[in-house]
Order: sequence, then C-alpha cells, then structure tokens
Amino acid sequence: MFPIVRKEVIATNPAVKLFEVKAPLVAAKAKAGQFFILRCNEQGERIPLTIADYNRQAGTVTTIFQEVGASTKILGKLNEGEAILDFVGPLGLPSEIKKHPDPVVCVGGGIGIAPVFPIARALKEAGNYVIGIIGAKNKDLIFWEDRMRAVCDELIVCTDDGSYGRRGFVTDALKDVYTQREGRINQIWAIGPMIMMRVISNTTRPWEVKTIVSMNPIMLDGTGMCGACRVLVGKETKFACVDGPEFDGHLIDWDLAMKRALIFKREEQRALAVVECQGGGCGCH
Amino acid sequence: MSLKGRPPRQEMPCQDPQVRRNNFNEVALGYQEKLAVAEATRCLQCKKPQCLAGCPVEVPIPEFIKAVAEGDFAQAAQIVKSKNSLPAICGRVCPQETQCEAECVLGKKFEPVAIGRLERFVADWEMDKGVEKPAPAPKKGQKVAVIGSGPAGLTCAADLAKLGYAVTLYEALHVPGGVLMYGIPEFRLPKAVVQAEIDYLRQLGVDIQVDIVIGKGKTVQEILDDGYAAVFLGTGAGLPRFMGVPGENLCGVFSANEFLTRTNLMKGYRFPEYFTPVIVGRRVAVLGGGNVAMDAARTALRLGAAESTIVYRRSAKEMPARAEEVEHAHAEGVQFQYLTSPVEMLGDENGWVKALKCLRYELGEPDASGRRRPVPIPGSEFILEADTVVVAIGSGANPMVIKTTKGLAVNKHGNIAADDDGQTSIPGVYAGGDIVTGAATVILAMGAGKKSAQAIDRYLTAQPGEKTQ
Ligand SMILES: Cc1cc2nc3c(=O)[nH]c(=O)nc-3n(C[C@H](O)[C@H](O)[C@H](O)COP(=O)(O)OP(=O)(O)OC[C@H]3O[C@@H](n4cnc5c(N)ncnc54)[C@H](O)[C@@H]3O)c2cc1C
Ligand SMILES: Cc1cc2nc3c(=O)[nH]c(=O)nc-3n(C[C@H](O)[C@H](O)[C@H](O)COP(=O)(O)OP(=O)(O)OC[C@H]3O[C@@H](n4cnc5c(N)ncnc54)[C@H](O)[C@@H]3O)c2cc1C
Ligand code: SF4
Ligand code: SF4
Ligand code: FES
Repeated sequence: MFPIVRKEVIATNPAVKLFEVKAPLVAAKAKAGQFFILRCNEQGERIPLTIADYNRQAGTVTTIFQEVGASTKILGKLNEGEAILDFVGPLGLPSEIKKHPDPVVCVGGGIGIAPVFPIARALKEAGNYVIGIIGAKNKDLIFWEDRMRAVCDELIVCTDDGSYGRRGFVTDALKDVYTQREGRINQIWAIGPMIMMRVISNTTRPWEVKTIVSMNPIMLDGTGMCGACRVLVGKETKFACVDGPEFDGHLIDWDLAMKRALIFKREEQRALAVVECQGGGCGCH
Repeated sequence: MSLKGRPPRQEMPCQDPQVRRNNFNEVALGYQEKLAVAEATRCLQCKKPQCLAGCPVEVPIPEFIKAVAEGDFAQAAQIVKSKNSLPAICGRVCPQETQCEAECVLGKKFEPVAIGRLERFVADWEMDKGVEKPAPAPKKGQKVAVIGSGPAGLTCAADLAKLGYAVTLYEALHVPGGVLMYGIPEFRLPKAVVQAEIDYLRQLGVDIQVDIVIGKGKTVQEILDDGYAAVFLGTGAGLPRFMGVPGENLCGVFSANEFLTRTNLMKGYRFPEYFTPVIVGRRVAVLGGGNVAMDAARTALRLGAAESTIVYRRSAKEMPARAEEVEHAHAEGVQFQYLTSPVEMLGDENGWVKALKCLRYELGEPDASGRRRPVPIPGSEFILEADTVVVAIGSGANPMVIKTTKGLAVNKHGNIAADDDGQTSIPGVYAGGDIVTGAATVILAMGAGKKSAQAIDRYLTAQPGEKTQ
C-alpha cells in the first residue's frame, strides 16, 4: 500500500487535486518526463499519471490530476492518511535534457502545467535559458505559478477568459515569444490537452523548431506488453509507455491519436454513472 | 494383458457448449473419483513406459496412475508433485496430445491414457483436501532474486525456497502469475487454481514483490549489489507482434495481450463492477492459429460477439493450438477461415475498423519451421467484415531487462542467450522460460525454472559465502 501523505485541492470546477504519495522506489529513480501507474482498489483501473515532482529523501512522489471520469473521481475521494493499492514506476523514458545554445520554451496548458514543471526545472539546472508559458481556462485553474517562476528565466501566464495574466491561448503567447526572439528558440516542450499539443505542433512546424509533446493515450500495463498505447509517429507505430511518452509533435498522426482516445467512450460514461450514483438517491438502480 | 476388456478412454465432463459460450466458468469440469479410477485402470503399467519420454519434467506417470487406480489419491498427488510443482495447471493446459499422451503405447492402436486429466484430478483432489503446509527448509543464509512470476519464475522460486534460500520474487504487474493470470482465460484455467499455487509459494516463505518493473524501478545490477547471490530472469515473451499491414492502428484493433489482459487480469468481463472496460462488436476476427488465438476467439463469444472467426494463413493441420481447445472452440461456434491472411484493415469515418481485406493462400514447400509455407493466390482478394480485430500472431521478448543489464548476451531472435542450465553470459545470472526459448509452453517454462534452481544451488554451493554479505 502507498500512503497519501499530502492532499491539496487545487481547483474545484473542474476538480483538480494534488497528491503526494509515499513510494520510495519510484521517488528514488524518478526523472522529468516519466510517469507511474496506480490502481486505487481491487476493482480499480490501472491509470497513468505524470510525476510532477519527487522528494528522494522523503521517498515521495507528487502528482496533479484532473477528475475526468470514474477512476480519477474515485482517486479524488481518497484522503490524506489513506493509501493507494498499487503504484508502479517510474515508467516511460525521461525527457532528454541538455544545454541548448539558445533559449528553450516550456508550455503547460491546464493540467499540463504539472508535468511541464519538472522538465523546466531540469532544463534550468542544465544551464538553459528557460521561457515558461502556462495557461488555463481561467484564474482558478492556474497553479504552481510560483514554482514555475522559480525555475524559469521568463514566465508568461495566460487565461482563455482574461481573468488572470494575459488574455488568450498559450499558442498566442508562444507566437509572440517566437517573434520577439526573431526565431532564436532551440526547442519547445508542449504539454496539455491533445488539442493544444496539436495546435502548437502545427504552429511550430513551419518554424522548424523541434517541438516535444507528451502523449497520453489509453494505457493498460505501461510496460510494453499490450500495445493499447500505440501512436503513429512518422511512419512508425510506437508504444507510448516504453518508447515515449514524449515524441516529436511534428511527426504525430494527431487524427489517429484523437480517435483512439475515444475507443472506450461509451464504457467510460457507464463507469462514471456508477460512481456518481453511489450513495443512491438518483433512482437509476 | 488383453486390451479388449479395457474400458474406453473416459470422456471429460464439460459444460454444454451452448451454455458455456455465454459464461466464464471453467469449461472442462474434471473427473469424478469413479471416472478417474476407471481411466487409471486403462494404463498397462508398461515395463518400459514410453509416456515418460513425452513429459518434459519427467512426471512418474505409471506410478501415479497406479496409485489412482488403487484409490490412493494422496499418494498419487505426492508422486506427481515430486517432479511437477504445478500439476493443477499442467493437467489443464499442457498440450498432452503432443507430449506425454503422444507417446503412450495405448495410443498406437486405441486411445492413449488421459494422463493430463488424471494429473488434474489428483491435483484438484489434493487442493480440495487442503495442501499440507510445507516443512521449513534449513536456511542456507543466501538471498536469490527471481524476476517475473510466470510458470518459470514460480517454479524456480519454489525450488530455491525448498532448498533453503531466501527468495524474493519481483513482478511488474499488480498480480503474480504471468500469462497464467493475465493471458489464459478463467474458463480454461480458473484464477483460483493459480492463486492456490501462489499461496503455496508464500507459505514456502517466498517474498513476493509486485508493482516493480526491473529495468525501471530497479536494475539487475542493483539487485546483485543489494546482496543477492544469484538472479533468475523469467520475464516471458510479453511483447505483442502486429502484422504491419495498413490500418492496424484503427480503433477496435487490439493485440491479444490487451484483449485478454483487460478480460482476465482486470476482470473486464465483470465491467462495470470492475472498472476496466473491454469491448467486442458483432463480428470479431482473430488473426492467428495458436492457443492465444483460440482463447481470444472464445473470449469474444463470451463477451457477447455474434460471430467470432479465426483467420489463419495455413490449414487446420498446421494450427499450433492444443487439439482440445480447437475442438472446444468449434463446439462453441467459433468459425475458421483457413489459408487466409489480411493485407489491409479498412476503417470507417470515425476511425473504427469495419473489415479486413484478405488474400487466400495455398501451401507450398516446407519452410524453416518444417511446416509448409503459405503462398498467396494472386487475385484471390476478398472482404471479411469485422468490427473488432484481435491480433494473435505471436510475441517476442520485452527488451526492458535486456537493455538495462550490461553484459547480458542475447541470441539472434533477441531472446536472452542461456545454456541448458539457464546460465547467461553474466556469472550468477540465470534465465529460462519464454524469455530464452521464445513463446513456448507452461511446462517447458517450468522445466527451465527447475533446472536453473538446481544450477543456482550448485553455483552457490561451489563458492560458499563468497557472494553473501
Ligand atoms: C503518460 C500519461 C500521463 C498522464 N498524466 C496525467 C496527469 O499528470 N494528470 C492528469 O490529470 N491526467 C494524466 N493523464 C491522463 C489520465 O491517465 C486520464 O485522465 C485517466 O486515466 C482518466 O481515467 P478516468 O476513468 O477518470 O476517465 P475516463 O472516463 O476513463 O476517461 C476520460 C479520458 O481519459 C482517457 N483515458 C481513459 N482511460 C485511460 C487510461 N487507462 N490511460 C490513459 N488515458 C485514459 C480517455 O481517452 C478519455 O478521454 C496521463 C495519461 C498518460 C497516458
Ligand atoms: C493466451 C495464452 C494462452 C496460452 N495457452 C497455453 C496452453 O494452453 N498451454 C501451454 O502450455 N502454454 C500456453 N501458453 C504459453 C505459456 O503461457 C507460456 O509459454 C508461459 O507462460 C511462459 O512462462 P514464463 O514464466 O516464461 O513467462 P510468463 O508467463 O510470460 O511470465 C513472465 C512474467 O514476468 C513479468 N515481467 C516481465 N518483464 C518484467 C520486468 N522487467 N520486471 C518484472 N517483471 C517482469 C511479466 O509481467 C510476467 O508476469 C499460452 C500463452 C498465452 C499468452
Ligand atoms: S506435466 Fe504435462 S506433459 Fe508431463 S505428464 Fe503432466 S500433462 Fe503430461
Ligand atoms: S505408456 Fe501409456 S499405458 Fe504405458 S505406462 Fe505410460 S500411460 Fe500407462
Ligand atoms: S500500455 Fe500496454 S504497451 Fe503501453
């Protein structure tokens, strides 16, 4: 069992929560860009979440997740002091971190702010000039601004509705940075909803600036055993759990990736109904 | 002895095909005592028993069958277990018709003794009565790590524990058992049977650590540095192969590993009580002709598919699946398209598979495997409608441990290179089962685990204390 040592509610609409979990083996090896898989209880799904931070001394791993369906809602109900049944990692390949001659940009959209943070920190530690761009729908959904600011040389915060920072999408902020820097950007990391990563990849393709995205396809084992996580990169089929999750955004077949994310849509809705009517009162069974 | 007076081979009582195709309960119900004794009396108790040569782990077949015939089932169980630590499993899944039963002299003129069914009977009988708690072995004071908890790892761990070693068994998934748990379906190998074996391992004092991926959370080198005197790698052939035809990433196309893992390990057939979904459409096509393909095709029916079709590029004769499972599949209504293979998977506008474009084949000259090579017939293209496709054309070695272990030699198939004892290129590191042979059988994996346990014991006895802390 893996005890939850800290729980924070980051936002309530939609619900976004932070868990710090005691998992010494994972904490000992974790690197930026990697993820883990957890299972809440005997009936639970195996769900992948990114390692947003780790503390090797305390043996803990921090993750931030959004409640989107049954499994993340069940997870969100757990409290400090309770424990998670299974927790395996670190999985996937770490981000490739090296010193770039020109600035690098780290873009985190929505829940993607969490996974982009350790990458920005590692890039900074490697001596890079790091420009951070974080964005969300509104002010309530912006988190870790202070932590990002601490590891970025510049940080731009945006909200879709203008309730905080500059109004507009992270893509717009990125375009401005590119223009101001006269194209002198070595590499971009973009993590967030699939649609955001796709739009950013399409934006940067003509610039010929390498753009790394972190794919989050449906996964099962996370060890390369099932192929559920297949993504088409260039002409090659890759397993995101072992060959990724980071890939060159310019090479991803986004149409396919977005369709594959919907494979279990009907079942996900059924599962959600089961979770939401637990406690009864809705009269659905 | 006259053969004439002997009873015929006793049929295995089974669930009715029309009933069982709708449930996940075990298909073959097992012999009752009377049937078992009747079957056991068919054995001629040969002076030079041919059957022995057919069993990779040398189960003393005539001896245990004699005990069954005499009604001494406890004795029979002891005899089987002297050579085979997982008889309830082997009795169910060994390809007996090509192993022990293929050699039985009775089979030359009549039907062979149902050795596998008797083995299962004996093991189930013992399990029913409650297995005696093993006596603790005198401690050797050395630690050995076993990686992977399939039949190879389970057997190796059990044998090492019995020899007095402190054994830690590492498993990447959240449940030990390997393919026995995630691959082979409940209706063929009830998970409670596998669980009983794992409980037995715990009683032997084996420390089972799940949720640890070796090569990620820990490396083989770190395990050795932690004071383990030897390591056994039994990581299996878990890497699914795809066909490499266009359209293979369409929605609704699954590897057999994914399809079966969702169903078995994650209990998807009980969705939404269990939260992992598994889906089938109306028409399911399963590509391949082995045990994995049969399991997938039969699982599809149980999940509610109206039609389930095996698409295999050679003919019925070449199918590597166990004969009994092919029969069961037929009886349940699985259809077969032999000498057929897809060249493309066609999708609809939502990215879902809707059909396979297939070619017909004929058999040509024998290939390297000794089987006649399928040759496509030009112009034989046709469309096979399918809204779910399961790819079951084999699997390779997962490279995770290999890539992260310096100095570990591999063979030309990408499997770990090891000698007959399982010794790899690294002293103290042994390997066996599918990770060495490529996808094979439960009993061969067990045999390899057994041999390595003995070799590890010899290795550690030869240099006492040298590798301990
Ligand atoms: C490598 C990786 C890292 C991730 N990191 C984070 C993170 O840091 N924070 C976060 O909030 N989310 C993260 N996700 C997504 C998270 O795993 C899904 O939101 C979660 O599995 C949804 O489960 P659910 O039952 O609550 O929702 P569901 O109702 O099952 O599904 C909602 C959505 O999640 C996707 N999804 C469903 N099942 C899975 C699955 N087994 N694996 C992946 N996606 C699935 C579906 O495509 C669907 O769009 C990550 C996914 C991957 C693959
Ligand atoms: C669907 C199906 C049906 C089959 N039917 C039959 C049958 O009827 N009869 C028969 O004889 N054979 C059958 N087989 C074949 C048989 O199951 C295998 O040959 C046998 O299980 C191989 O045993 P193993 O111990 O080598 O590996 P596996 O059973 O594959 O076990 C390997 C274990 O190692 C774990 N592992 C892998 N990598 C790591 C890592 N890096 N760290 C930690 N753990 C790791 C895996 O999770 C797995 O649990 C079938 C196989 C399948 C898939
Ligand atoms: S272990 Fe398998 S091959 Fe050996 S006797 Fe038993 S069923 Fe036959
Ligand atoms: S060969 Fe057949 S008849 Fe002879 S001992 Fe073996 S099982 Fe009995
Ligand atoms: S999740 Fe199964 S192979 Fe990636």
